[in-house]
Amino acid sequence: MNSAPVPDAAEVGAPAPPPSKKPAPTLDSKGPQRFKALFTWLGFIVVIVVCGIRVDANLVQLFSANSMENMGRILGELSRPDWSYANRIMPAMIETVQIAIAGTIIGSVLAVPVALLCAVNIMPKKIISIPARIVLNLVRTIPDLLFAAVFVAVFGIGAFAGMLALIFFSFGLVAKLTYEAIEAIDPGPLEAMTASGANKIQLIVFGVIPQALPYFFSYVLYTFEVNVRAASVLGFVGAGGIGLHLDQQLNSLRYDRASTIILLTLVIVLVIDYASTYLRRKLL
Amino acid sequence: MNQSVPSHSRLPLIRNWIVGILLILIFIWSLSAMKFDGIQEYGAQVVSSIWEGFTHPDWDYVYLPDGEDLLRGLLETLIISILGTFISAFLCIPFAFWASANMSRIQAVSISGKFVLTVIRVFPEIIMAILFIVAVGPGAFAGVLALGIHSIGMLAKLYSETIEAVDNGPREALISSGASKLQVLRFAVLPQVIPQFISYALYRFEINIRSATVLGLVGAGGIGVPLLFALSSRNWSRVGIILLGIVILVTIIDLISGWLRRRII
Repeated sequence: MNSAPVPDAAEVGAPAPPPSKKPAPTLDSKGPQRFKALFTWLGFIVVIVVCGIRVDANLVQLFSANSMENMGRILGELSRPDWSYANRIMPAMIETVQIAIAGTIIGSVLAVPVALLCAVNIMPKKIISIPARIVLNLVRTIPDLLFAAVFVAVFGIGAFAGMLALIFFSFGLVAKLTYEAIEAIDPGPLEAMTASGANKIQLIVFGVIPQALPYFFSYVLYTFEVNVRAASVLGFVGAGGIGLHLDQQLNSLRYDRASTIILLTLVIVLVIDYASTYLRRKLL
Repeated sequence: MNQSVPSHSRLPLIRNWIVGILLILIFIWSLSAMKFDGIQEYGAQVVSSIWEGFTHPDWDYVYLPDGEDLLRGLLETLIISILGTFISAFLCIPFAFWASANMSRIQAVSISGKFVLTVIRVFPEIIMAILFIVAVGPGAFAGVLALGIHSIGMLAKLYSETIEAVDNGPREALISSGASKLQVLRFAVLPQVIPQFISYALYRFEINIRSATVLGLVGAGGIGVPLLFALSSRNWSRVGIILLGIVILVTIIDLISGWLRRRII
């Protein structure tokens, strides 16, 4: 198939190929395309192998008797949770949920004005909407644990630093999702109101909020789910919640107690996930 | 009739008020647990030194000829997320077929698969990293394994949703012309799902690069390790340059990955 000297012709006559000649390019491009795919795969494999060498990925070591024995021992201890310990960690568990609630609510409320500034159909002035979006994107590049680590260094160990970290994290997530929802609302009511002389505030209160509110609540619930999971590990950097206890138990090699904490966290996360998914389905 | 209409329309209003008041009460209860007492001791001095550090990042740290510097830390972070994504993108395929409802006749199979994926998904990667550190020792490899296993939960869920949405026409055509199960998979299902799979893997890669920056906080390699040192020694100019490096790296990866995803689909 490649023996036909089509490639040259295709190259020269590329700008305006008549529709009748359509099969020709697909035929001649098949060879190069296959090469391209092959090279892409080869390059990909080289990247993976080089990466593997850089991090000393040692599969022999991973599956060696020693590490398998270590993992097996830990899994064995994890499978026998110490249920008597559950009562003692309940306060920390509640604190975890409190951090998530406070962080989600404050962050979401702060996100509303910024989401309005970012949405092009509310804020047509690019000089405001584009910087607002850039700031949002920058906030979203920093993971919640990094925020927590920084805030612990500033405000000291405790739930307050964790709450601040989740405020920033929720703010970025809710603001982004909400401004995208605002941009997708039906422009009809907005145009009707503008035509009848409504000002910006009236436009937002009567045109945007009724349409965007269910989406906003749904995103807040989703963020809450993410935040509960995040709050359960904030303690690893000292930002309050159950993570602190988990860190201590893991460090003192009490895997039975660690297992209790992990299982309890899983149960709470799953319950909140299911409740929130149910509510979100009812909202939308 | 006339009387029931107003009471009907007032009901949701009352319900909204109750929900609102409940939310405010829960919020106040949550806030009551936050004790704000940290900053008074050092006061303005700490804030000013932080501001000083963040506005004057430690540029010398970007490249040091010998050993640990910013570029090497970021490179290691990037490598951890590439390998972690790569591992999970392949490991999750069997899980995805297990969990998708249209691939098995018995419903319990897909339900059990979905449950397993939920459990993997809610198991924090930081804890997984700690477990792998015990197994293979601290370092980047533990981080790779943690990301690789943790990502299965989300990727397999997205993959299985893709599989559930495939067009059944080609499958039925192949089955009716006598193709084996493997042939159906190879020629009817895979061509439909591969672009979406790659797109989701790239999306997960964007998430993993963020996760990889924090794995170091528990000792699983990457830029988090020097960041933790800088934070605990209150070297704010170094914290500033590391955060700046993370923001730049994540932004670049987001741009590249977004561009690739738009090209694939």
